[in-house]
Amino acid sequence: MNGTMTEQTSPTPGSPPQGSFGGLAARSAAAVNPTARISIRNLEFFYGSNRALKGINIDYPERQVTGMIGPSGCGKSTLLRVLNRMYSLYPGQRATGEVMMDGRNIVAPEVDLNDLRSKVGMVFQKPTPFPMTIHENIAFGVRLHEKLNKAQMDERVEWALTRAALWGEVKDRLHGSAMGLSGGQQQRLCIARTIAVRPEVILFDEPTSALDPISTLKIEELIDELKQDFTIAIVTHNMQQAARCADQVAFFYLGELIEVAPAAELFTAPRQQKTQEYITGRFG
Amino acid sequence: MAARHAGVAQGLGRRRRRADRIIRALCVLATLVACGFLVSILGLLFYRGFGALNANIFLEVTKPPGSHGGLLNAIVGSIIQTTIGTAIGTPIGLLVGTYLAEYAQGSRLGGMVRFVSDILLSAPSILIGLFVYSALVVPFGGFSGWAGCVALAIIVIPIVVRTTEDMLALLPNTLREAVIALGAPKWKMVVLVCWRAAASGILTGVLLAIARVAGETAPLLFTSLGNNGWSVDLSKPFPSLPLTIYAYAGSPYQDWIDLAWAGALLITLGVLGLNILARGVLRKKA
Repeated sequence: MNGTMTEQTSPTPGSPPQGSFGGLAARSAAAVNPTARISIRNLEFFYGSNRALKGINIDYPERQVTGMIGPSGCGKSTLLRVLNRMYSLYPGQRATGEVMMDGRNIVAPEVDLNDLRSKVGMVFQKPTPFPMTIHENIAFGVRLHEKLNKAQMDERVEWALTRAALWGEVKDRLHGSAMGLSGGQQQRLCIARTIAVRPEVILFDEPTSALDPISTLKIEELIDELKQDFTIAIVTHNMQQAARCADQVAFFYLGELIEVAPAAELFTAPRQQKTQEYITGRFG
Repeated sequence: MAARHAGVAQGLGRRRRRADRIIRALCVLATLVACGFLVSILGLLFYRGFGALNANIFLEVTKPPGSHGGLLNAIVGSIIQTTIGTAIGTPIGLLVGTYLAEYAQGSRLGGMVRFVSDILLSAPSILIGLFVYSALVVPFGGFSGWAGCVALAIIVIPIVVRTTEDMLALLPNTLREAVIALGAPKWKMVVLVCWRAAASGILTGVLLAIARVAGETAPLLFTSLGNNGWSVDLSKPFPSLPLTIYAYAGSPYQDWIDLAWAGALLITLGVLGLNILARGVLRKKA
């Protein structure tokens, strides 16, 4: 009896780490979030010879908001730019390790980047409207990946603008320039443009740091709304924002992931000394 | 102690005020000299030019002295050569400038291309005329309008290269990343977004290039040569305003000299118009 028990249970805890997957921390992180949309294991990132991310293990749970906080230069934006391979634009930047999404390692060299970026959209710190009409701004991304007729495209544009809480404000000037919108409207336009492509994941890189408080509130409400359909990662310098928006929060420091926990837990009862010091404003 | 300090400060203040007055006076003087030249050139040009202007200039071709000729062939020839020269030079300059701004960051080839283009930008235009003379006129058996167009195109290229590169460099990098983040290939980023975002600046560069070549004489001396009759055949010697001015202004005939003044006025007004247009295009953007 005893012998058979041992035989049955031994393979699991005793099995050697598979490739770069291993490590206790990695397995426990995976166990916390069994529905991870993106799973990162042993991720290292280099700007030339400078190691900017060190052994990162984190899961991004499906249809949840993951907040990424930490002082400037901690690697949180670097990690965000790994998730859509934005870093591949720049020679000398490279990542090693595993970033699994849909059973593929997206940092592998053979990944079709345009296809990846249609699944992982990104909204930037400063609003980036294209120099064309509001309608064309939305249609631009859609046209890259789908062939729609005019009626279908109009429908998609309306859907995206509605989801981005912008439709009511712009429906009478869809064919006016997007440059004439206010900063907050431009940012919602960028969100609409991103979701129009129907990605699975949306990355937000400090999306409200260039906006006034009212526009910031609108964007935060929008993020809360969007997580019904999208998996979201948001980098923010604003801890209140992370507390308001995020389901889980990850704290980075000097290229390392110090702690990842549900938002309420991380801000009220952090396990790590460094996290405690950062959220109480002792540094950063 | 305090009084002594005040005294020092007073002396210092006087010295500084005096230095300020001297520098300011020099600046004003230099400005007056520069403007004086400009105003007297324009004044003389307007006085003699408008005095010589009449309907015949736009209706008659150049004729022998004393037979009431006009400048029609020279005006049409200038418009044709400038248009073709710009049409050849602009796409080349646009693509080279785009290469420098979007593809060649930090590369050695890019640095070399930029250096060569800048040298070309400041090369004396008569050198360009001589180059085209030996490359096109001699091997193809004679002066032609085409050779003139090519010479003008070579002048247009570096101007458009520089403005295109500068205007693209002004675009924020996040705009490029935003296009790439949607899953767009790089060429679509360049053609559909970057060019459009920089369009008014690039257009300004093209307009300034047109203004520059419209008044060029030296590169045409050895290429299109000039033509005193009506001609729209670019394979033959070709008329143009600057060449006609060059030939007529040095002639002993008063009616030819008057025509030269009228022609100079026309070119100046054309260039002025293009510059105003270029400013307008840029302002509309801002």
